[in-house]
Amino acid sequence: MILSFDIILLLFLVVAAIISLWVKDLLAAAMVFGIYGFLICLLWAGMGAVDVAFTEATVGAGASTVLIVATVLNTRRRSSD
Amino acid sequence: MNAKLYASIAVVITGTILLYAVSDFPAFGDPRSPANAGVAGGAPSASQYYIKNTYLDTKVPNLVTAVLADYRSYDTLFETVVIFTAGMAIFAIIRVVRRDDSVEVPADPKIDGDHHRIVVGITCRLVVPLVQIFALYVIAHGHYSPGGGFQGGVMLGASFILLALSTSLPEALSRFGEDHFMKLACLGVFVYAGFGFLPMIFGRNFLDYGALQGVFMTKGEEMARSHGIFGVEIGVALTVMSVMFAMFANLSSRGRLRGGL
Repeated sequence: MILSFDIILLLFLVVAAIISLWVKDLLAAAMVFGIYGFLICLLWAGMGAVDVAFTEATVGAGASTVLIVATVLNTRRRSSD
Repeated sequence: MNAKLYASIAVVITGTILLYAVSDFPAFGDPRSPANAGVAGGAPSASQYYIKNTYLDTKVPNLVTAVLADYRSYDTLFETVVIFTAGMAIFAIIRVVRRDDSVEVPADPKIDGDHHRIVVGITCRLVVPLVQIFALYVIAHGHYSPGGGFQGGVMLGASFILLALSTSLPEALSRFGEDHFMKLACLGVFVYAGFGFLPMIFGRNFLDYGALQGVFMTKGEEMARSHGIFGVEIGVALTVMSVMFAMFANLSSRGRLRGGL
């Protein structure tokens, strides 16, 4: 673990989390949520938990984003709140 | 707007409490923390046991796989059941079984002059087999490198999702239809539980793969455990693959499994 690299990743993580809550366009929110998953994957890989990082890369950044996108396209694209 | 304000206040308070609790944790990778070294003067900890004995017990160099599928196998069995239950819940809530023709079905997905679809379609047709072979490698190589049933299963499911996205959902469903993925989801749990019950026939405990050395015809019980882990991973991969694709197919076509994205 390199400290400065970790700090940059955590900063991006917080920014991605806030953006995915903030954005009104749910498709964009789903994409930013995928970025969030990938950043967590990088953090876990940095901590040496490669199996967990692999699962997060496939499930968190890959499959769940696709599932959210499929749901958004079948409902309304704009968030109401 | 008020709802968002209250929600963010609740999130900030919960986050502060969690961060406060983290300060009581031992330092990252501290070899003298109770989880790693055990209680002073007491029994040695589980992690010490795993590090010393995993390779001797199971001949599996990847500790994570051995702990997941052998030492804590009961746990993983019910993780698989949880995923299976999620698939059944999707089926129960979203799937529309009754026949109605109100939803429009796209006529022919191959439109003349649709170059983007051709490029994307051909590229994905080349990529899908590679993804599937890599997924099989991940499942089979989970003993030696990161990976295993969950990751490989998600990748297999994702390859079918990629096929559905690049061509059309009916095209993907014609290769991996509902009757197939429902049966495979059940079969995965059955394979896992079957590997649990087989040792009981030989008079051993549930999920004690060491008893299977007569079935696998291995030299010792260690290699039988290694093969048992592999069999269990196959069961996990079957369930995860089927449920992943079932979720996507039901969500993207509003439960009608026709038309879709």
